[in-house]
Amino acid sequence: MKVFCVGLSHNTADVETRECFGRTLEAERLLRENGCAEALVFDTCNRVEVYAATERELSTGEVARCVARKLDHGVFDEASTFYRYENADCAQHLFRVASGLDSMVVGETEVLGQAKKAYEAARESGAVGPYLHRLFQRAFRVAKQVRTNTDITRGAVSVGSVAVELAVKIFGDLSKCKVLLLGAGEAGERTAKALVSRGVCDLQLSNRSGERAHLLANMVNAEVVPFDDWIGHCLLVDILITSTATEKPLLTRDNFEAIAAQRHTRPLFIIDIAVPRNVDPAVNILEGVYLYDVDSLQSVAQQALAMRRQQIAAAEEIIAEHVAGFREMLARGLERSAQSLIHPSVGDTSCSGAA
Amino acid sequence: MRTLPAASKIPTLVDRTVLYISTLCFLAAVVRTAFSLREGVFPRGRFNFFAIALGFLFQTGFLSIRGREVGRCPLTNLFEVFVFLAWCVAMIYMLVGPAYRLSLMGAFTAPLVVLLQGFALIAPIDVRHPMRGEPNSWLEFHASMSLLAYGAFALACIAGVMYLVQERQLKTRQLHSIFYQLPPLTDLFAAITRLLWWGFGLYTLGLVSGFFVGQPLPRVQILCAFGVWLLYAAILNGRHLRWFAPRRVAALCIGGFAAAMTLLWGITFSAQLH
Repeated sequence: MKVFCVGLSHNTADVETRECFGRTLEAERLLRENGCAEALVFDTCNRVEVYAATERELSTGEVARCVARKLDHGVFDEASTFYRYENADCAQHLFRVASGLDSMVVGETEVLGQAKKAYEAARESGAVGPYLHRLFQRAFRVAKQVRTNTDITRGAVSVGSVAVELAVKIFGDLSKCKVLLLGAGEAGERTAKALVSRGVCDLQLSNRSGERAHLLANMVNAEVVPFDDWIGHCLLVDILITSTATEKPLLTRDNFEAIAAQRHTRPLFIIDIAVPRNVDPAVNILEGVYLYDVDSLQSVAQQALAMRRQQIAAAEEIIAEHVAGFREMLARGLERSAQSLIHPSVGDTSCSGAA
Repeated sequence: MRTLPAASKIPTLVDRTVLYISTLCFLAAVVRTAFSLREGVFPRGRFNFFAIALGFLFQTGFLSIRGREVGRCPLTNLFEVFVFLAWCVAMIYMLVGPAYRLSLMGAFTAPLVVLLQGFALIAPIDVRHPMRGEPNSWLEFHASMSLLAYGAFALACIAGVMYLVQERQLKTRQLHSIFYQLPPLTDLFAAITRLLWWGFGLYTLGLVSGFFVGQPLPRVQILCAFGVWLLYAAILNGRHLRWFAPRRVAALCIGGFAAAMTLLWGITFSAQLH
């Protein structure tokens, strides 16, 4: 029995090609009909992969046709678009995918959840047997180990999540934080919503257009502050998000210094996501003020991404150990233990739980 | 007049060996942290905590052997004072660190303990003085409370270092691996405040108990002790009246501890002369 993976991802195919393939109602049946004893289609926005165990030699083209959404799936070079991994290489590939090493954003964890869902769906439909069961269970274990023993998932890598992470690093518990959103732009709204999702309850909103302010305030359950009074409210808030369209900075060191002095020991986190910027960079010099504009948020995201990339070698070491283990398992032959894997009551503890 | 027993050489060898093992335990935590930092990862798991806990057990063993040897609380010379202080630092870390989720504090605590014990072991300060009279329980209470307070001040100093590291990264927007492991600024500041209060309370207790010792103390010792008390009273006052920004309080905790250690040296030195 051979275990293999045939697929395409953001590394090998553009979105136009990727959207031609996916998990269809027919896919698993077609794969079975083509001789796959076990088959699982793993389908995300960045990849479509078929994991299968088969006695018979199945070409990449045959597998690709089974997961084609459109019969006429355009003109592309099948050999360069699809990759194929067999046995230990297949295991290595899946372990890398589950650990987020093959993702567009290195270390993202969403892919693990998607892999678990795909496995569960295939298991429920009876498409998974002892080979794929072992392969995926080990992949989930590897991903967990990589996440625990390396910094591959550390640090936020999008502007919104960086803002939230920084707020947490300054204030800890966000539920006691007061947030003032200046401007009712889309970017500001997104950041405010991200903070609300992390526990912020006290949200205030100020905008030149009162109508737009009330509309957004109703959506995010915020209190409206008149635009002429917003600077006075800076005395009471912990987080200030600015996203208004203005040529000159609204908040400068001169008009904020007195307020900053009155705040005493309370830190103020300013997220300036407007371009041109709403806050003079000199404000960051003030005691207890932490000012981040779009560029600095992006720079933090880049730093986190670079840090994640540094962890790839450590993650690969963990993966290599498990690949060696899987290779041994394949060499021993799974058939002997197949029965016990299908019926957990026989006594294989690794069968319990998808994680 | 009560002097040390003549056959005190064997226990000395034993207790120093125990102290060497203790120092090695703390050193293991330091080395692991250093290696992890080189790899760009901060130490995970409970290795540091267990290394410190093991080191603490050996420290306790040392103090127990030495205490039996000298027939009183082992605070009879500068060497013992340093080891006792290191023991207080480790104990307060184990009480405070996990409670306030400051597990990373271990990475900062271990070097301080290694420094204190390493210095005590290397420097020729383990000088035996003839012990006069029976142990004075008030004097022992006074000394041990004061050193426990120093332990709390040491931890406040460590939390201060952590605060400044975290604050600097946030201000400069240069976030390193350690940033993600350090607690939030507000939590660190709360920990600094609590440690300062604990230290101040214990020190006050030690200071007051000094009046019940029943024997005259050198004036310089009393002045030094009041100097430390006033220093920390000023820091706490400035913090609660909001004269000092958190960053200033953190810096003062570091400066204050350095000054307090210098004065401790003065106090112990004058006590030995006395």
